[in-house]
Amino acid sequence: MKRAHRSAQKGTFTVKSGLAQMLKGGVIMDVVNAAHARIAEEAGAVAVMALERVPADIRAAGGVARMSDPHMIKGIQKAVTIPVMAKCRIGHFVEAQVLEALEVDFIDESEVLTPADEEHHIDKTKFTVPFVCGARDLGEALRRINEGAAMIRTKGEAGSGNIVEAVRHIRAVHTGIDELQKLLKSNNAKKLRSLAATYRVPYDLVLRTAKLGRLPVVNFAAGGIATPADAALCMQLGVDGVFVGSGIFKSSDPKKQARAIVDAVAHFNDAKRIAQVSERLGGAMKGQEISKLETKLSERGI
Amino acid sequence: MNTLKVGVLAFHGDVSEHEEALKRAAEKLKLHVDVVLVRTKQALLKLDALIIPGGESTTLQKLCEREGMWGEMKKIKNIFGTCAGAILLAKKLYHREKGQKTLEIMDIDIDRNAYGRQNESFEDDIQTDLGATHAVFIRAPQIKRIGKNVVILAKRGSEIVACEERVQDRYYLAACFHPEVTSTLFHEYFLKQIQRTA
Repeated sequence: MKRAHRSAQKGTFTVKSGLAQMLKGGVIMDVVNAAHARIAEEAGAVAVMALERVPADIRAAGGVARMSDPHMIKGIQKAVTIPVMAKCRIGHFVEAQVLEALEVDFIDESEVLTPADEEHHIDKTKFTVPFVCGARDLGEALRRINEGAAMIRTKGEAGSGNIVEAVRHIRAVHTGIDELQKLLKSNNAKKLRSLAATYRVPYDLVLRTAKLGRLPVVNFAAGGIATPADAALCMQLGVDGVFVGSGIFKSSDPKKQARAIVDAVAHFNDAKRIAQVSERLGGAMKGQEISKLETKLSERGI
Repeated sequence: MNTLKVGVLAFHGDVSEHEEALKRAAEKLKLHVDVVLVRTKQALLKLDALIIPGGESTTLQKLCEREGMWGEMKKIKNIFGTCAGAILLAKKLYHREKGQKTLEIMDIDIDRNAYGRQNESFEDDIQTDLGATHAVFIRAPQIKRIGKNVVILAKRGSEIVACEERVQDRYYLAACFHPEVTSTLFHEYFLKQIQRTA
């Protein structure tokens, strides 16, 4: 290495969370092949998530859902120039090693796949590649951050086409942070410490979150976003961007739906624009009542 | 004292980081700066300067074009672009995506994702003409050629990582890294330059 470059460092937390910062305000789309990936990029997605089946199909297929075939991930990496993410099973650090070896840009340690470890998530500090993890509330989010996640996505209910769980989880994170802020304001260090113990994270992380008034990493929404208005709803509730899984390629006109969701996120406060892009989209994905679901994916990996 | 109206292209990318850096830079310089988050063509009008943040250059281009902002952006006299923003300023782009365009207003050629994927992203201490700084490079581009009016502000080894160009009443500032995430050095410098022309 040249002397001038001696101080260069790869894979630091700053570099990992840096990519998440650059994705803010964007839409990350699930894609299952190169053609989908191109549609996503053309629509203006900031990244794609390469996987073999979208969550709605994973639900329908049943059985064990695993990391995708590396050949398929490589095909998508060749097809687009935006970042490519891929999912590994919760706790499956070898799948994560494989994805890192494939040079994916981000790993999603995801409850959409069948968990490999019911006790432990991956120690994400051991990797150069950044991780995004799901969370239903502040405790889950802080635990994942403490394990080294560089980005959080509220879980929602993947493959449901129903926004209700996504909203619940975004609000739960906010409620948790509001509570921390109130305790900080009233100098209640004792209660803050006890919350840190409840959340099973260091007190410093709790204190930092309380001071920031938000999660210390970028926070996207996911799970059940099926329309431009759903995406804008999440944005107005305060997330930094959205993941759309089945919502695009299970709709009747994926190209239009993808572009409309990108536009709705870019203009999330402009109801006229959202109205405009929502016109004549054809059918959104069908969607399901949460109570009718056989498996709640969001209950995995807490 | 005059108020400077500085826009930050706000569709996507590290917008809040630029907003913060601008505000802190203005405070340090004791300047009145009105920061405008730009999402429409109307918001571009009457700006003294514009910042194009880091993000995905293809996404930024598409969103600007859909708003019919492209032509209006080219008219802005002072523009500071970081990473994706620097790509959008460039005259020529290597490894362009099909249909990808740049504003073609700054006389530089730039190579997109020149270092590789995220595993090649890095942080480093660098020397610049504005002072030493810590620089974060995320899937960063590389400047491959500069025109005769372009002045290099920072190099890392043999690579040009920041530069500026003045042509008549135009001023463009480009960085391949993200000064907005580590300091206010470049934002202070940019504000000083536009104060001269405003």
